[in-house]
Amino acid sequence: MANQFDVIILGGGPAGYVAAIRAAQLGLGTAVIEKEKLGGVCVNIGCIPTKALLHSAYIANLLREAKEFGVEAGAVKTDYGVAMQRSRRVSDQNSKGVEFLMKKNKITVVKGAGVLQPGRKVKVGNDVSEAKKAVIIATGSRVKGLPQIGLEINKTTVISSDEALFLEKAPVSMAIIGAGAVGMEFADIFHAFGTKVTLIEALPRILPLEDAEAADTLAKSYKKRGIEVVAGAKVKKGTPGKDKVTLEIEASGATQKIDVAVVLMAAGRAVNTEGIGLAECGVQVTDRGFIKVDQSLQTTAPGYYAIGDVAGPPMLAHKGSREGVYVTELLAGKKSHAIKYDNVPSVTYCHPEVASIGLTEEQCKERKLDYVAGRFPFSANGRARGSGETEGFVKILRDKKYGEILGAHIVGGHASEIIHELAVARENEYTVEEVELAIHAHPTMSEAVAEAALDSLGRVLHL
Amino acid sequence: MATNVHMEALSPTMEEGRVVKWHKQDGDPVKTGETLAEVETDKAVMDLVARADGVLRQVAVAEGQTVPVGSVVAVIAAPAEAVGAGPATVPPTTTSGSGKRETGNVATATAPAPVAVAPLPAAAPADATRVKASPLARRMAKEAGVDLKLVAGSGPGGRVVKKDLERAPSQGPPVSSAVGAAVPSPVSRFPSPARSGAPYDDVPLTQIRKTIAKRLAASLGPIPHFFLTTEVDMERAADARDALNKQLGDQGKVSFNDIIIKATALALAKHPACNAWFQETHIRYWHEVHIGMAVAVEDGLITPVIRNAELKSLADIGREAKELAEKARSRRLQPTEYTGSTFSVSNLGMFDIDQFTAVINPPEAGIIAVGSIVQKPVVVDGQPAARRRVRITMSCDHRVIDGATGAAFLKTLKQMLENPLAMLL
Repeated sequence: MANQFDVIILGGGPAGYVAAIRAAQLGLGTAVIEKEKLGGVCVNIGCIPTKALLHSAYIANLLREAKEFGVEAGAVKTDYGVAMQRSRRVSDQNSKGVEFLMKKNKITVVKGAGVLQPGRKVKVGNDVSEAKKAVIIATGSRVKGLPQIGLEINKTTVISSDEALFLEKAPVSMAIIGAGAVGMEFADIFHAFGTKVTLIEALPRILPLEDAEAADTLAKSYKKRGIEVVAGAKVKKGTPGKDKVTLEIEASGATQKIDVAVVLMAAGRAVNTEGIGLAECGVQVTDRGFIKVDQSLQTTAPGYYAIGDVAGPPMLAHKGSREGVYVTELLAGKKSHAIKYDNVPSVTYCHPEVASIGLTEEQCKERKLDYVAGRFPFSANGRARGSGETEGFVKILRDKKYGEILGAHIVGGHASEIIHELAVARENEYTVEEVELAIHAHPTMSEAVAEAALDSLGRVLHL
Repeated sequence: MATNVHMEALSPTMEEGRVVKWHKQDGDPVKTGETLAEVETDKAVMDLVARADGVLRQVAVAEGQTVPVGSVVAVIAAPAEAVGAGPATVPPTTTSGSGKRETGNVATATAPAPVAVAPLPAAAPADATRVKASPLARRMAKEAGVDLKLVAGSGPGGRVVKKDLERAPSQGPPVSSAVGAAVPSPVSRFPSPARSGAPYDDVPLTQIRKTIAKRLAASLGPIPHFFLTTEVDMERAADARDALNKQLGDQGKVSFNDIIIKATALALAKHPACNAWFQETHIRYWHEVHIGMAVAVEDGLITPVIRNAELKSLADIGREAKELAEKARSRRLQPTEYTGSTFSVSNLGMFDIDQFTAVINPPEAGIIAVGSIVQKPVVVDGQPAARRRVRITMSCDHRVIDGATGAAFLKTLKQMLENPLAMLL
């Protein structure tokens, strides 16, 4: 006899475990199947430990400048191993927190690798569980190498974030392939711990999904700090040796060879769709490998749903969590607030931070939208000057006719926190006027948001 | 948390609704979007739907009962939720309230006595009367001239959002863009004659156009109109006007229309049978004469009222008429200034209209339509002579005024205009 639940969720990452909590809140009997630790990549080898390491990096950089602030800390010594250990403790705390939440909500957690079976069943080892309402696939994604150019992840000289998060020592030199959020964050971390970092991006600029102005600001900041940034560069070949890797890089028509101690692959992720019985249940995937879903996130097999990374981009924890809430609410027969995918904020936690929502200025141009860009630099913001975080800006793209906030881009200290004012605004369809009319406390970095809104209206005060 | 179920404005002009049939009974579980009851509005029978999930409780309005828009008719409680005293019983209304509740016996009489609405929790009437919309949607609606009340909202709690407006039917030319100005700028609300390629423009009804539609449809249809026309010689009235204006100098001017209003008021005082309201169960004959004066405004018309016109001097009528017309055009008329007339005058003389019929402004029983004053050859004392003449057509509500009654009034009016001294009698 199979164990029966209303909902079975395959995968206990930020999409799966949040779906489980919401399902339990709605009175559904819920099981989560996780083959590793609860919390998934996010909690264990992604979002959370990297934020811990980035904070270590931040402190190192801060101490190096402390003299200017009247604080002498002596010669700054860093130890990546210690920082790594701390990041592990943070991850473990979070994973335990998720375990607690499962218990609190009386969610059954099944340890092991689940395989889908027809009839809304999931098999773990020899045990088969059956879902009365739905099976939710939330198996997430993993890092991928580039075996076609010789850069298969070997976990010693060619590594991914999975290994980087467990290094005992910062390598002498490192090439990071891919300058998206992951590449940018690790470049920041390892540079702060003394590694000579070369950041390589195939597309013409780093942070290719972000607004060009934001990307350019980061490129300048990194170069100034001594991180080598090579954009528009193609890695033609990688030759891993015993304790070094030779890379052949083609950039602006010229080919050069560099030797690095370690190559960190940060050029995209592969979704975990293999070996979980998708085909057997009639769950189809798209030509890009994601699970095909309809508006209610149901797959091509009735009763099977997909959320999070496997269900398609953007591959972000908060997008997956929201999908988890959405799908369980639908399953419970509730009207769920539709997910607006263009309202998913995107954040890169390097220094300075980059946060954005909505369209980039380039997209506004491509779509031939009639827009005005309002800008305010943190160099003109009192609070930012006080804390020495004058790099960056707030940029708001305003629709000329209706004042809609088409997009917003923030580069600067705490950008990841400041962006949410604009996320609330966009989700509720506030125009720049409502943002500007809200009284912003002084002195705060957030004042730059109000000022950028004003600038888009031609009424900036402090410029 | 319990959600009040309000009588909703199911049509844009709906002021009250009659519950025809409850589809759900007290204690029935209901889901958002399910039909709770059939409601007869001013236009049709529509569904009143649930705005929350839960259990229907405290049905306060019986089938067949009529209540004003905004009244609480029931409560949707969460299952197992104890609901307090609940909505007060809603007093039924038997009349068709116009929504205008001004002071003074005259006005109160026009707009039947306000119906006491059951006291509601502070935020209660929101669903029925307030439009929930995002700031962006509000702005788009304003630019596009779309009435948000007519747009179904898909956002949280039925809030109108951008998407809903993008779905909204093709929009008319932009309405006034003046923000918060007391006087909307006179941007045309009319379709532009320029060919835009589209075979037609859909222009949403403005509130005033809706009111006109409602009021006039309530007139020519249900009211049995008949028409009486007479031609009036205006030579002596013209002479009198010239003399009066000379005397007034810069203290104002008397127009032909002022003279017609005054004469009409005096004639009505002599023919109270025509100075009346039809009130379904009775006819109210007025002892005072309040003349409604039709004024064309930018996107419609309105009839400001010259009260007690029979008692006012021509100079006073002239000043008042001018002031009211200006207020009407700038939309600054107070409700008390356009309600309560007992008879109306409509004048299209300035448009070179020889003669026309006007639609009665209910509950009044009559209106006169005044054409332009034109010089024409007529036979005077057996000789052809050029005389200034005007054609006046009276529309009568046959339920109040019979042919002879109307004709007698019209004869008096004609005499007064042809011999202005008779006004002194």
